[in-house]
Amino acid sequence: MLFQQITNGLTIGMIYALIALGYTMVYGILKIVNFAHGDIYMIGSFLGLFFLKELQVPLFVAFIFSAVVTALLGITIERAAYRPLRKADRIVPLISALGVSTFLISVAQLIWGTEMRPFPTSFGSKTYVVGSVTISEIQILILVLSCLLMVGLHLFVKKTKIGTAMRATSINLTNAALLGINTNRMISLAFAIGSALAACAGIMVGIYYNAVYPTMGYMAGINAFTAAVLGGIGSIPGAMLGGVLLGLVEALAGAYISTQYKSVISFAILIIVLLIRPSGILGKKEINKV
Amino acid sequence: MMSNQQAILEIEQLSVSYDAIKAVKGISLHVKQGEIVALIGTNGSGKTSTLQSISGLHKNNQGTIRFEGKDITKLEPHKIVAAGISQVPEGRGVLADLTVLENLSLGAYVRKDKKNIALDLQSMFELFPRLAERKKQLAGTMSGGEQQMLAIARALMARPKLLLLDEPSMGLAPIIVKEIFQAIKKINKDGVSILLVEQNANMALSAADRGYVMETGSIVVEDVAENLRSNDIVKSVYLGISN
Ligand SMILES: Nc1ncnc2c1ncn2[C@@H]1O[C@H](COP(=O)(O)OP(=O)(O)O)[C@@H](O)[C@H]1O
Ligand SMILES: [Mg+2]
Repeated sequence: MLFQQITNGLTIGMIYALIALGYTMVYGILKIVNFAHGDIYMIGSFLGLFFLKELQVPLFVAFIFSAVVTALLGITIERAAYRPLRKADRIVPLISALGVSTFLISVAQLIWGTEMRPFPTSFGSKTYVVGSVTISEIQILILVLSCLLMVGLHLFVKKTKIGTAMRATSINLTNAALLGINTNRMISLAFAIGSALAACAGIMVGIYYNAVYPTMGYMAGINAFTAAVLGGIGSIPGAMLGGVLLGLVEALAGAYISTQYKSVISFAILIIVLLIRPSGILGKKEINKV
Repeated sequence: MMSNQQAILEIEQLSVSYDAIKAVKGISLHVKQGEIVALIGTNGSGKTSTLQSISGLHKNNQGTIRFEGKDITKLEPHKIVAAGISQVPEGRGVLADLTVLENLSLGAYVRKDKKNIALDLQSMFELFPRLAERKKQLAGTMSGGEQQMLAIARALMARPKLLLLDEPSMGLAPIIVKEIFQAIKKINKDGVSILLVEQNANMALSAADRGYVMETGSIVVEDVAENLRSNDIVKSVYLGISN
């Protein structure tokens, strides 16, 4: 039972972590919360479904196509909804984000309807039994692919020139610009990577629950944002840690305390952590009020 | 403005405003190829705003800034670095959470000649041997003087033709200031033109060829450094800031 819950918790935690990375990377540079990020995740999921069902491409191709298109969507959203407001008061991009969120949900409803849609793939339902744990193919995919994506992201930001420039931009935009870094390009890149990761998460969740629907980004977004804050918003390892912790807490609380109270328990933990460490577990700087 | 053939930097009638505040009021100045030019003035006189404008950080300013004869007034900051102007900003601007080596490598961000970058890295460690000992250390954990050295070395990694220095002596012990100024002179000897902003007028004028004195957004005196040191206004500015 315990190991089963840990497995389930890790599965959902990885998803939270992937989505949380998008919140944290954008916040790290622009100090804004992209409240449309949950809906970008939803669009990524629908796009995966579209490529898989309408274009009949193999699953891994659907992942790549959806990640690319969703990345372009993220870049476009930044250009259209946030960049013109760069110098505006901080409440303004927040309102813009809510506008984008509503827009994306409406577009999804127009194209795909309001109903919940199944995810038509034969992949994922097969299960394996390891000791006392039953693990499905899709859970294995979520655990493995998420780990690969996160290790890849970590190596990218730590080891490559562009990744280092992205970190520099996140530490101080002006000082990065004075080094010759095109900071607008770094911002686009942060949106692109965050959106692509969210798209991958969206497809995997679609398969895991065999359901895709226009408002699916709402709760996922809130949970992932919570994970980002828990780990320390702006911190990439923080988002990973926060996501996994939140997933584990939810699963264990759901199993041993009550499924109805699992969200309450996660938020209680968030509040306790923030009381002890206001900048989150791995966050460094003081958090500016959103 | 006098026409000057070998001027690497020419500023004409530059004005910078922040909403209601007019921080720079139509100043003109130039830096000739190979010169060290000091821009001195008390706190709030508009020196930093001037340097930020040269680096392209203010977009709603007026006037013209030319570098090697080309108008760079409207260029984005990263393009200005690529054109050959690097700035060591006020307060050093080291990226605290990155290592010394990462900071230095980012200094060469605009360059592609990998081999020469490695060579330049070595010469930075010769210029400031302390940086070599601290390669893997996070920049934010170093002393103020070491951070200033890092900031200068990092700016040089872009191989600039013109270096803008904003108060490199700020908050540093006299012995470190001396070390920094020796390095500045050496950098200049190696062919880099320098625009040096300072409140420490004495130090700045002993290193500079020429100087400008700024007061509340305007240039009030301009002369060769030697004359400025005996100028009454400069004496008062200098006295005004030292004890
Ligand atoms: N970001 C800003 N917003 C508003 N006013 C500013 C800003 N930066 C500088 N100022 C004002 O502009 C004037 C010149 O400042 P600055 O260029 O920093 O002078 P200096 O570098 O000579 O001390 C000062 O009055 C300062 O208060
Ligand atoms: Mg200043």
